[in-house]
Amino acid sequence: MTALLRMEELTVVPVKSPQRKLVNQVSFVLESGKTTCVVGESGSGKSLTALSVMGLLSEQLQRIHGRVIFQGRDLASLSSEEMRGIRGKQIGMIFQEPMTSLNPVLKVGYQIGESLTEHLGLRGKALRAKVGSLLEQVGIPAERADSYPDELSGGQRQRVMIAMSIACEPAMLIADEPTTALDVTVQAQILKLLDELKTRMNMGMLFITHDFGVVADIADDVVVMFRGEIVESGPVANVLGNPQHPYTQALLDCVPDADGKKPLKPIDYAWLTKGANP
Amino acid sequence: MSEAILVARHLVKTYPQRGGLFGLGQQKVKALDDVSIQLNAGETLAVVGESGSGKSTLARCLLQLLPLDSGEVQFQGHDLAKLTGKELRAIRRDLQMVFQDPFASLNPRMRVGEIIAEGLLIHDLGTASEQQRKVVQMVKRVGLSEADLQKYPHEFSGGQRQRIGIARALVLEPKVVVCDEPVSALDVSIQAQILLLLRELQQEMQLSYLFITHDLRVVRHIADQVAVMYKGRVVEQGDVDSLYQSPQQEYTRNLLNAIPGRRPLAGLAAAG
Repeated sequence: MTALLRMEELTVVPVKSPQRKLVNQVSFVLESGKTTCVVGESGSGKSLTALSVMGLLSEQLQRIHGRVIFQGRDLASLSSEEMRGIRGKQIGMIFQEPMTSLNPVLKVGYQIGESLTEHLGLRGKALRAKVGSLLEQVGIPAERADSYPDELSGGQRQRVMIAMSIACEPAMLIADEPTTALDVTVQAQILKLLDELKTRMNMGMLFITHDFGVVADIADDVVVMFRGEIVESGPVANVLGNPQHPYTQALLDCVPDADGKKPLKPIDYAWLTKGANP
Repeated sequence: MSEAILVARHLVKTYPQRGGLFGLGQQKVKALDDVSIQLNAGETLAVVGESGSGKSTLARCLLQLLPLDSGEVQFQGHDLAKLTGKELRAIRRDLQMVFQDPFASLNPRMRVGEIIAEGLLIHDLGTASEQQRKVVQMVKRVGLSEADLQKYPHEFSGGQRQRIGIARALVLEPKVVVCDEPVSALDVSIQAQILLLLRELQQEMQLSYLFITHDLRVVRHIADQVAVMYKGRVVEQGDVDSLYQSPQQEYTRNLLNAIPGRRPLAGLAAAG
């Protein structure tokens, strides 16, 4: 099976202090119809990895090494014009904050329709029909296209974001902590929806999260990041069921389990930095 | 059965909400709709619920930070609503709060030493040197150093700020601490540190915690008793083991089933 996305030794540094490697030699593969979760704490480089794929790194950061190969093409070698053609069309994106990612003064139907007009040239009745069917796919009645974002709940806004991201039937979906701001029952619904869409549309999903519970629910493969580097990766059953790296084990040990049987154990970073150096 | 230290009976709190055309109409939203809870001395009562369930309103009403429409809150036999301003201020020493957002709840223009000492000054507890000694002792107890007292909040990480917030509340040696989502803004590794710290301090200082949270995994670890809130009402309450093992209400079951990774992780642990 050929990879949809192949990260090869991606390395990202701040322009002003290039010796600080925020993302260091990160390599992994994502296949169509599969979900790869990138998991780590704040500052582990997981969001920067996602932003690098889309070419959305801030100007203060630069990629100094490595390739991002999507459908056989190195995304970093593309012009910003070419990248715009891919972003939103072949690669969909969902972010954490559904309120700040939507424009408050535009109807949600218009916002979903924008990329359909931009990439597929849809207008008028055809556009309206497509927007309505997208809303229905994510579980929102089609007439909600005329609502403004503040008229929707947090979960509905995130559904609108998902409708936007899948509008052009992308080959890959990047979701950066899409359920972190949501209530637990809404989170469960959104995860289920994403998983169904992934299967139905045969998308590859790159899912950024800090929550191992979420990982266990939706991942096929897991990439564990710590201080910019991948410490462990592999199929979800292996990484969560039989972690090989002390950091993965330590991170799992501080997740409270729902049965309350496992004692909580915070991470001993001093030990870890010593122990992690082979 | 330990004795009750904080008892709330039939609390009702409504907020006016603008609605209708151009917001001209006024409706009332019941944030607390006949809520009764009981916190036992030395125990932790977790109040769980989703956004808008009224759990934070409950915390504020219990501490008389928000006025109630009706109902009564009894702390060690005193009806808090019947106290004079002066008496209430005095009793506040025993009722402290730890807030969710460690970035918003510390005054950025005060040094950490001043932040922690402020309560001692207000309540006029001990001489200046005794106060200083208590502050130093407390800051060390929560895992920071004496040198940190000279610093400002922005110099600390989220987890460290939450330690400062805990020191500020506990330096007064309160009896009841209301913790409003104290770990939900923190990374999971930092969350574990803070939960363990809170538990150690509870044992050392015989504290009773009212712990507000939306995270049912955290509840399982820290609570003795649980009250589940939904739309301003307590739909179910009981001790943590029986509530998790045999939830009586549909809503509680839905909440428990929505915990991410519950079945797969448990399965993996059993296999591994």
